[in-house]
Amino acid sequence: MAGTNISGKKKNRWAAGVTPYAEMGYYNADYEPKDTDILCAFRLVPHDSVEAIEAAAAVAGESSTATWTVVWTDRLTPYEHYQAKCYRVDPVPGTDQYIAYIAYDIDLFEEGSIANLTSSIIGNVFGFKALKSLRLEDMRIPPHYVKTFQGPPHGIVMEREYLNKFGRPLLGATIKPKLGLSARNYGRVVYEALRGGLDFTKDDENINSQPFMRWRDRYLFCMEAVNRAMAVSGEIKGHYLNVTAGTMEEMYERADFARELGSVIVMIDLTIGYTAIQSMAKWARRNGVILHLHRAGHGTYTRQKTHGVNFRVIAKWMRLAGVDHIHAGTVVGKLEGDPNAVRGYYDTLRENKVAVNLNFGLYFEQDWASMPGVMPVASGGIHAGQMHQLLSYLGEDVVLQFGGGTIGHPDGVAQGATANRVAVEAIIQARNDGRDYLNEGPEILQSAARWSPELRKALEVWKDVTYNFESTDVPDALATLTV
Amino acid sequence: MRITQGTFSYLPDFTDDEIKAQVRYCLVNGWAISVEYTDDPHPRNVYWEMWGLPMFDLTDPDAVMQEINQCRATFPDVYIKVNGYDRTKGRQTTMLSFILQRPKHEPGFYLERTEGMDRQIKYTIRSYAKGKPRDSAASQD
Repeated sequence: MAGTNISGKKKNRWAAGVTPYAEMGYYNADYEPKDTDILCAFRLVPHDSVEAIEAAAAVAGESSTATWTVVWTDRLTPYEHYQAKCYRVDPVPGTDQYIAYIAYDIDLFEEGSIANLTSSIIGNVFGFKALKSLRLEDMRIPPHYVKTFQGPPHGIVMEREYLNKFGRPLLGATIKPKLGLSARNYGRVVYEALRGGLDFTKDDENINSQPFMRWRDRYLFCMEAVNRAMAVSGEIKGHYLNVTAGTMEEMYERADFARELGSVIVMIDLTIGYTAIQSMAKWARRNGVILHLHRAGHGTYTRQKTHGVNFRVIAKWMRLAGVDHIHAGTVVGKLEGDPNAVRGYYDTLRENKVAVNLNFGLYFEQDWASMPGVMPVASGGIHAGQMHQLLSYLGEDVVLQFGGGTIGHPDGVAQGATANRVAVEAIIQARNDGRDYLNEGPEILQSAARWSPELRKALEVWKDVTYNFESTDVPDALATLTV
Repeated sequence: MRITQGTFSYLPDFTDDEIKAQVRYCLVNGWAISVEYTDDPHPRNVYWEMWGLPMFDLTDPDAVMQEINQCRATFPDVYIKVNGYDRTKGRQTTMLSFILQRPKHEPGFYLERTEGMDRQIKYTIRSYAKGKPRDSAASQD
C-alpha cells in the first residue's frame, strides 16, 4: 500500500492509527457551501491542548462520518461527499470561544425526521473530550430539506381565520394553581377567564392525569366551560387540553376524546420527544385541531451561553416538526429572554424569509419556502400594565398568556380577563391611530382605566412588578462576521 | 348581551372619527376595506352579507366612510363590521375586523346540550335572533 508514514511529512490519509480530523478533510477553508447544504454555527471552547481548527474539524467529523481512528472502509464510499466540512472558524473576541461553521450535505439526513437530523448534529459531539463546551447556535435548513417536513398543522393565518380573531394579539391564561384543583373547580376558572374576555385558557405543562384530577374529567368540565363562555360572548373560545402522556397510544386516546368533545386545540409538552411531536402534528392536521407546544425542559440545554442548543434552533426544529403554537419568551416577564434574542426567535417562527442578523443571533439566512408560521406564545410573569411593551417587543401575531395576571386579579378571574382584553384593545387602537404607543403606553392604559374598573384595579395591583435581571445569554454580534 | 367578536368590542363604541382613523390605518397599509352585515352573529357564521365588493380601489378614508354610512342608513338595526384585507403573499387574509354597529337589542345565544353516553355532552350554540325567523337582513327594515 502506498504511503508509509515518513517522519517529518504529513501522515498519509489512509495510514492506520489516529489522524487529526482537520487533515482527514473535515476542515476545508476553501469549501463553498452548496444551496442544498445544511449549515450549522457552533460555539465551541476547545480543550487547552487542542487547536481551534482541529476542535472544529472534530465536531464536523464526529457529527458526520468519522470515528476516532482511520478506517479503511471509508474508501468504499465517496467519503468526500459524506464528510461534513468545517469551512470557517472565527474567534469570539475577548473570550476563549470560537464560532465554527460546518456544512453538511443533505444526503446525510433522512427526509422529514427531526430525530435523524438531531441524532446526527447533536448526537455525539457534545460530550467530546477535546472540547470544554459546545453550543449549537443556529442552523440553516435549505428549502430542499424544509419541504420534506409537514410543518405546522395550520399556521398563524389559518388559526386566525378558524378562530375569527384578527388585528390583535390573542389572549390566554394558564389555570392556577398549577396542581391540586379538582376537575370541577378547574373548569370554573376556565369559564370565568374565557367569559371575561380571554380567547384561550391552558393546562400547565405538568397537568396530565394525576390523582387529584384525571384527564377525562378535566376535559368534560373544561368543554362545558368553553361552550358556556362561547354562548355568553358570541366568540370562539378554546382551552388547551394537555394530551401529554406516557405512551403515544394514550396521547392519541386523549387527543381523540378532545376532538370528539369539539375542542379547537390540544396541547403537548416538549418532553414527549421529537418523534411524538411529529406524530401529533400529523394527527392535528388530519383532525383540524390546533396544536400547542409547551417547551417544558428546554431551559436545561438552551440557557447557558457556552453549552447546549440555542432556543432559536429548537424553534426551527419545532416549525419543521409541525406545531401551531410554541412558547418563545416574553422579554418583560419572569423567565429568561434578552430582547434581541427573543426577536430572533419570533422572526424565525413567524417570517417566511429571515435574513442574517447577528444582533438577533441569526447566523444564517433562512428561507421557509412558504411553510406556514408558528404562533409564538409569551407566558410567565406578565400583566396588563406591560401591554404597550409586549406589543412593541412581540408584535401582533402572538398569544399573550396572563396566568397570575388574570387569576390574581383582586375582584375575580373574569375581571382579570377583562382588564387584559381592555388593555390590549386600547393599545392596538392607539397604535393604529398612529400614536407613539410605547412611550405613551402608561397614559393610554390609564385613560382606558378611567372607564374600566377592571383595568384600573389591575394597574394598581401590579404597578411595581418588573423583572429586571441581566440575561445569562445575549447575542454577541461579531463585526468580523459577514456570512 | 354584547357580543365581543372583533378587534375592539371591549372598548366603548367608536365615534365616526375613531372609525375613520382605523380605516386610514388599513389604507396606509395597502389593505382593501370591506363592509359586511348580518342579523346572525353566531360565532361560526363566517359569511356575513357583503355590502358590495371589497373596495380594492378606494384609498380615501372619506369615501370609505360614505359607504359605511350608506350601509348604516340602509340597515340601521343589524350588526355591521368593517374589515381590512391584506392580499400580500403569506398573509392573504383579514388583518383587522371590528363591529361598528349593533342592533338596539342584542339577543345573544342559547346553549343547547344533548346528553350522550359516558357523561359526554354535545353542545350546540343557537342564535336567539334565528329562533323566530324574520325577513332576511338583506330586506330593508
